[in-house]
Amino acid sequence: MRSLGWLTGCALALACAHEGKGVVAESGTNMKGTAAAEAQPQAASTAEAATAAIRPFKVQVQQAALDDLRRRIAATRWPDKETVADQSQGAQLAKLQELVRYWGSGYDWRKAEAKLNALPQFTTNIDGLDIHFIHVRSRQRNALPVIITHGWPGSVFELLKIIGPLTDPTAHGGRAEDAFDVVIPSLPGYGFSGKPTVTGWDTDHIARVWAELMKRLGYTRYVAQGGDVGAIVDNAMARQAPAGLLGIHVNLPGTVPPEVDGALAGGGPAPAGLSEKERAVFDALSTYRKKGNAGYFVMMAARPQTVGYALTDSPAGLAGWILVHPGFAQWNYGDDPGKSPTKDEVLDDITLYWLTNSAASSARSYWENGGRSPISAAAQKTAEISLPVAITVFPEDVYRPPETWARRAYRNLIYFHEVDKGGHFAAWEQPELFAAELRAAFKSLRPAEGRVAAR
Amino acid sequence: MKSLGRLTGCALALACAHENKGVVAETDTKMKGAAAAEASQPPADGATAAIRPFNVKVPENALVDLRQRIAATRWPDRETVPDRSQGVQLEQLQEFVRYWGTGYDWRKAEAKLNALPQFMTTIDGLDIHFIHVRSRHTGALPVIITHGWPGSVIEQLKIIGPLTDPTAFGGRAEEAFDVVIPSIPGYGFSGKPTGTGWDPDHIARAWAELMKRLGYTRYVAQGGDWGSPISGAMARQAPAGLLGIHINLPAAVPPEVGAGIAGGGPAPAGLSEKERAVFDVLMTSAKKGNLAYVVMMAARPQTVGYAVTDSPAGLAAWLLGHPGFAQWTYGGDPNESPTKDEVLDDITLYWLTNTGTSAARLYWENAGRGVTSAAAQKTAEISLPVAITVFPDEVYRAPETWARRAYRNLIYFHEVDKGGHFAAWEQPELFAAEIRAAFKSLRPADGKVAAH
Repeated sequence: MRSLGWLTGCALALACAHEGKGVVAESGTNMKGTAAAEAQPQAASTAEAATAAIRPFKVQVQQAALDDLRRRIAATRWPDKETVADQSQGAQLAKLQELVRYWGSGYDWRKAEAKLNALPQFTTNIDGLDIHFIHVRSRQRNALPVIITHGWPGSVFELLKIIGPLTDPTAHGGRAEDAFDVVIPSLPGYGFSGKPTVTGWDTDHIARVWAELMKRLGYTRYVAQGGDVGAIVDNAMARQAPAGLLGIHVNLPGTVPPEVDGALAGGGPAPAGLSEKERAVFDALSTYRKKGNAGYFVMMAARPQTVGYALTDSPAGLAGWILVHPGFAQWNYGDDPGKSPTKDEVLDDITLYWLTNSAASSARSYWENGGRSPISAAAQKTAEISLPVAITVFPEDVYRPPETWARRAYRNLIYFHEVDKGGHFAAWEQPELFAAELRAAFKSLRPAEGRVAAR
Repeated sequence: MKSLGRLTGCALALACAHENKGVVAETDTKMKGAAAAEASQPPADGATAAIRPFNVKVPENALVDLRQRIAATRWPDRETVPDRSQGVQLEQLQEFVRYWGTGYDWRKAEAKLNALPQFMTTIDGLDIHFIHVRSRHTGALPVIITHGWPGSVIEQLKIIGPLTDPTAFGGRAEEAFDVVIPSIPGYGFSGKPTGTGWDPDHIARAWAELMKRLGYTRYVAQGGDWGSPISGAMARQAPAGLLGIHINLPAAVPPEVGAGIAGGGPAPAGLSEKERAVFDVLMTSAKKGNLAYVVMMAARPQTVGYAVTDSPAGLAAWLLGHPGFAQWTYGGDPNESPTKDEVLDDITLYWLTNTGTSAARLYWENAGRGVTSAAAQKTAEISLPVAITVFPDEVYRAPETWARRAYRNLIYFHEVDKGGHFAAWEQPELFAAEIRAAFKSLRPADGKVAAH
């Protein structure tokens, strides 16, 4: 337990304990930010020799960090009330105050920690950056490996509920041959992954890192899945077509055709020749734009550091900013306890951003992306993708791509399905349906002989 | 001094003491936010049109609280670039905020404000704070000068002397102005609108009412940043008495140029070399994300508000993110205006009045109408005289060709050789000289500017 001594002194107050192997030296690379800088020299050099190593990881946040969070919440200085009767100026004061009050008094991070620590978690250092990931192998032989990537303002938390249905399909209405091995990494700058200190960690780079991760895990044939930022990473993986990648499934596809992009950017009329369905999507996108729904995107792509200062110093500010995402537009702040994600689950996610101090570093992923729209076919260079692509359209997502656009964008579209429920955080909101979609989407890509790993 | 007892307990900890009249009931309407809610007496209804004296006095506990929060700042990791392209740089901001919490003295700002005649008047249900300095010269031309975001009346203080007392600053007695400097609704010591509708058009009407209440029958208006669309709206509305406007952020960008930039290019055909250069600057500015703060505040002011209301460092970074501060040295050059203390006066004013959110709401009210767009600002509807000074470091340098096209009654157009977005703050003497020259032809020959 030698490592725990200096962990106590971590400025960031984020301690990461380890299971199984008792690799004390490991702690140095698991720590984040300021804490990492405090690592003892011998710990760092030991870690260097083991760069390609996969190291077990557990979350254990120090009580001081939780106490500090509660103190800050209690000391929140609030603005005056919005001047409208809806969310059009942002999260409403009364609702946010109630949520933040609960955050500071009723919410329990230790339960979130327990949820994470009940899963096999690891870190590995790729291109100099620690990548945190959850890795759950199915007990079914020949399960298909899938790497699933979260987005902003999500994290691995939004993907926890699909792990059971995917790895253990027989317990969730599926069949043994539908099983997946699941790899859920934290994006660089997010959650327990390291924070890039230099530029260049764009989605193309992350895609290459994900391929390296799957290689390190011994997977020779696998698929990739993602929505939000995860969809951008998957588009890049499909373009790069690393050895072993069989195809991707995305739930925020890059399908908007160039002429529609242009019309939207200029605020102009719809281009000629749209079908009725396409026209409806155009109108929805135009409204989305005019309502300023993408304001957060524009701001984080432009000045992530400016956004970062305020969110790093204010729990309420962080919560308000995260909840501005259009994916939360229909979320009822936990008023309907039967609805997923629950109030506690959303707070798990927000608290993760807080405790890992990753508001600025996660916002930087938008800056790295250079404002390229995730839904634009041209920006996502989908014409360069020849690997199989599967798409599920969830009705409440920020847009519903028409199949015509999807076919035009992705020339090897093997699956396209519009389902009847779910939104931007589909895996969080409708985990069973989401898992069923992945089973169906990847069915045709499963190797006939079932060999998916080198060993 | 009955009022002071209550004031000490203000949740917002913002007390406004009064000079001269000892109007205790007045205090209620001067208080902001939570403090106002604590008022024990209703505001004097009979005195709605009244002009009430105003002084600033912030209770010590608000300053102590601010220092405590600054000391407890939790910082993000450093930006990944060696410049400001991701926003204000960590080291610069840390040093600046450290000084804010240890060396800076708000009381000096308070003294600067209280050395000037300040007043409050309720217009359309909202308290409007303003500085009003009359020139000792008879026949001085009244001018209402409007600040912008992230500015305040603080950015206009240095031009008051040169404008009201020209002979002390190289001007002539007949160039004197009476100066009215209001705080925009939701900014500084003015009230915060609790309903929608306080857009630049509404503010323009309120300004006309203010000038009327002050007894001015002939006056001019001036503004940059928000002050420009507000002054432009006044010119469109042409209230009785308004003789003309001077603006230093004109809405001169023609429709086809605006469309070219919104669509990501290319430049429209037929631009002159000079116009093309301005187009390129505007395009680069758009691509660099210089206007993202406008997009965000116009879209979700409340979201911005939560964070900047609860974090002094976050507020400072957000305000300093304005492109008008792009060349500012954080006080590295002590001769630079504004100084570090002056910028902190402005930021601290936003903090103490808790106006991070209410100020951002003006962008929402404006609904994204470009302040530099001739079409968005409906300049074709302006027939009153318009004067423009182009300061070289402003966010764009309007070419005279565009300005003439936008404003059909352009009586003055001058490009000067120094100054930027906060021209009055940066180059007060030059700014005042420009105002003198710009309005020279509009001065009434008989010198009569007031009804009384």
